Amino acid sequence: MTQTNSRSFLTRCRNLAFAFASAFFAAPAFAEVDTTGEQVGVPHNWQFGFQPPASPVKDQMHFFHNQMLFPITTVITVFVMLLLLYVMIRYNAKANPKPSKTTHNTLLEVVWTLVPVLILVVIVIPSMKLLYFSDKTADAEMTLKVTGYQWYWGYGYPDHGDIEYNAYMVKDDDLKEGQVRLLSTDEPVVVPVDTNIRLLITAQDVIHSWAVPALGVKLDAVPGHTNETWTRIERPGIYYGQCSELCGKDHGFMPIEIHAVSKAKFAEWVAAKGGRMPAVTAAAEAADETPSVAEDAAGENIVDENIADEEAANDGEEAGAAAAE
Amino acid sequence: MAGKQHAADGHHDGHHGDHHDHTPGFFTRWFCSTNHKDIGTLYLIFSVIAGLIGAAFSVMMRMELQEPGMQYLTMADGSPDGQLWNVMITAHGLIMVFFVVMPALIGGFGNWFLPLMIGAPDMAFPRLNNISFWLLVPAFLLLVGSVFVDGGVGTGWTVYPPLSSFLGHPGASVDMAIFALHLAGASSILGAANFITTIFNMRAPGMTLHKMPLFVWGMLVTAFLLVLAVPVLGGAITMLLTDRNFGTNFFNPDGGGDPILYQHLFWFFGHPEVYIMILPAFGIISHIVSTFSKKPIFGYLGMAYAMVAIGFVGFVVWAHHMYTVGMSVNTRAYFTAATLIIAVPTGIKIFSWIATMWGGSISFKTPMLWAIGFIFLFTVGGVTGVVLANAGMDTALHDTYYVVAHFHYVLSLGAVFAIFAGWYYWIGKMSGRQYPEWAGKLHFFTTFIGVNLIFFPQHFLGLAGMPRRIPDYAPGFEGWNMISSYGAYISFGSTLFFVGLAIYTLVAGKKVPGNYWGEGAETLEWHVSSPPPFHQFDIQPVVK
Repeated sequence: MTQTNSRSFLTRCRNLAFAFASAFFAAPAFAEVDTTGEQVGVPHNWQFGFQPPASPVKDQMHFFHNQMLFPITTVITVFVMLLLLYVMIRYNAKANPKPSKTTHNTLLEVVWTLVPVLILVVIVIPSMKLLYFSDKTADAEMTLKVTGYQWYWGYGYPDHGDIEYNAYMVKDDDLKEGQVRLLSTDEPVVVPVDTNIRLLITAQDVIHSWAVPALGVKLDAVPGHTNETWTRIERPGIYYGQCSELCGKDHGFMPIEIHAVSKAKFAEWVAAKGGRMPAVTAAAEAADETPSVAEDAAGENIVDENIADEEAANDGEEAGAAAAE
Repeated sequence: MAGKQHAADGHHDGHHGDHHDHTPGFFTRWFCSTNHKDIGTLYLIFSVIAGLIGAAFSVMMRMELQEPGMQYLTMADGSPDGQLWNVMITAHGLIMVFFVVMPALIGGFGNWFLPLMIGAPDMAFPRLNNISFWLLVPAFLLLVGSVFVDGGVGTGWTVYPPLSSFLGHPGASVDMAIFALHLAGASSILGAANFITTIFNMRAPGMTLHKMPLFVWGMLVTAFLLVLAVPVLGGAITMLLTDRNFGTNFFNPDGGGDPILYQHLFWFFGHPEVYIMILPAFGIISHIVSTFSKKPIFGYLGMAYAMVAIGFVGFVVWAHHMYTVGMSVNTRAYFTAATLIIAVPTGIKIFSWIATMWGGSISFKTPMLWAIGFIFLFTVGGVTGVVLANAGMDTALHDTYYVVAHFHYVLSLGAVFAIFAGWYYWIGKMSGRQYPEWAGKLHFFTTFIGVNLIFFPQHFLGLAGMPRRIPDYAPGFEGWNMISSYGAYISFGSTLFFVGLAIYTLVAGKKVPGNYWGEGAETLEWHVSSPPPFHQFDIQPVVK
């Protein structure tokens, strides 16, 4: 009786583990099917796994977790569970009234030391790869400055004419159609897709943390520090995140809303915000630049003068652009 | 039986004849104790009371989180009372760590059974032992008091500045909490010194270090961790106190300081702290598995030195709690590798416990149920720790409910299971009365179901991106939060049942002899009566 029952029981357990594992592999299938082709980075009720990835770093995290860490840890846990079930059934007092006196088995002890070491070696290699990949980009195409405040985020676009604004959570009473409770902000962060974005993160008061699950980004905003990381959003859409370091009474109420848009739409948004695309500034500087630092008769630095002239011209352009709104 | 008269034997002061059973008057006995068993009892009662308070906080937290929106913790105008929420989660954490798990395992079972197991009449410094206990009372009162003063401490148990500095918490609450930790820390340091001295100097003749029971090994390693780590906490919180009150700028960037310095100091204590909470538990589980399998522990030396290795390596992995603060990538790579290594000695222990059961003659009394539950559930918590150890992965999981799930599996389903296991194993010895077996089993099964319902779904919440320490959550997190809350109600009900069961046992439980577990129970505490005499081992036994 015990043999047959325990074997089918074991088989059932194994099948359950595989079913569970494939639920995780299929995690992206839990996401809503979006007819506009835009991904919305929100959690879904009863979901088991990660939100669908929208960045190369998150893609790698998905692989590392779903294809490596999760199967390995599940197998280990199920293995221990099966061993425990086996000893409880096979060696209970009725089944085995006379206990053995074995207290050593050198081979066993060596195996259960070395095999975990090997498993850890298998884990550590992709782990390091993910860590170094996620740290910084060597090849940033733009910079986004993030500043944490009690209890909202401030954003800056230093490469785009110093656009700066704050983003506050939309309160329940003010939610508009399509906005998400506790996740939507009054002004989103707008960034272009397929662009390496350097993130520079700091805080003005206490420690906060800027996190967006769908992008696999999380970095603390520490006063007195500027922390750097990067992201690259591969699918246009709206991605949400929340502050991830306890920062006081409204820690749970200072979210992050990112709109990843086409490069063309991003340029429109920059202009609408009174900023300027980096290509424009570079071209303007190149036109005014002299080949070497030269001084005019008055001893003034010509380059500095030219830059000052150009900035005045820029101010005029900005005023013109703003006036055109 | 030949043996040495211990030099610290207290029988020279004129008590004659009856001195084994002569106890002091009530006030002297309970408020001025120098008896390790009575002090252990005080610690256990204290930890149960603190545990009910800490659990009450957690039930209130789970009630608020059962549904989206703020149901209970609101201000007069209906907006969320985030500060009150933060105060509750902080109180929950500090109470459970410093006033429940540590007093129960170290002060309670450690004091009770360390001298008994090594064949000693008491601890090396019996009066110091008493101070260690009584320091906890003002510590706890200060902490509870801080809740009612100036808005309370809403920083999390980690108390990071600048949130905990004057900027984030003007008022006296954080200062009161710091003093509470000073007192609790002093209690631990003094107690640890007592334990080390006792273990090194007062073992019965013939009991070499390699013949000590594994619970004693666990306490020895724990005591060393305490003595080395707790002073660092003391330093960190004192620096915070002077920053808050005396114009220093250790953690204030405007004054040239760095908030991250605090985190390094805190976690240099904080990581060994979690091993301090689990190593005594490992010891208890070893004793129970051996007793109820009627077999000696498999691989005794491996088990002892695995605990030493865990303690050792536990000192060089602290920054895995800080992977997202902005440390350099090479630093994070080091801490990833070092943290992964701890899985090896821990795995050795899990496999050794199973190997102890293999070939044994297992009886499934309540202590053994808790021990088997521990082995499985600690494995679950351990493997999620392996996931979190990877800095690259931790970016997605830090400060989410995945971390909350991980540490509650190893603490609530690890350390707390071991506390219950030890209670059921030793209550007959401590009180002379046994618990009703059906009630113990019922408590086990309802708790098992309840705590797994609370914490398993929290893994999913973390993977989905739900942050920690928030009183309200976005759409998409409702389902698992509801399940988790139902689990909390079941667990709390089960805990109340335990309190009733415990009172019944002490008042009307069946009386038991010296060794009521039979053949598998071989350590020295089973060779004395239940309860033991007020003073035992005036003449130390000789151990072969």
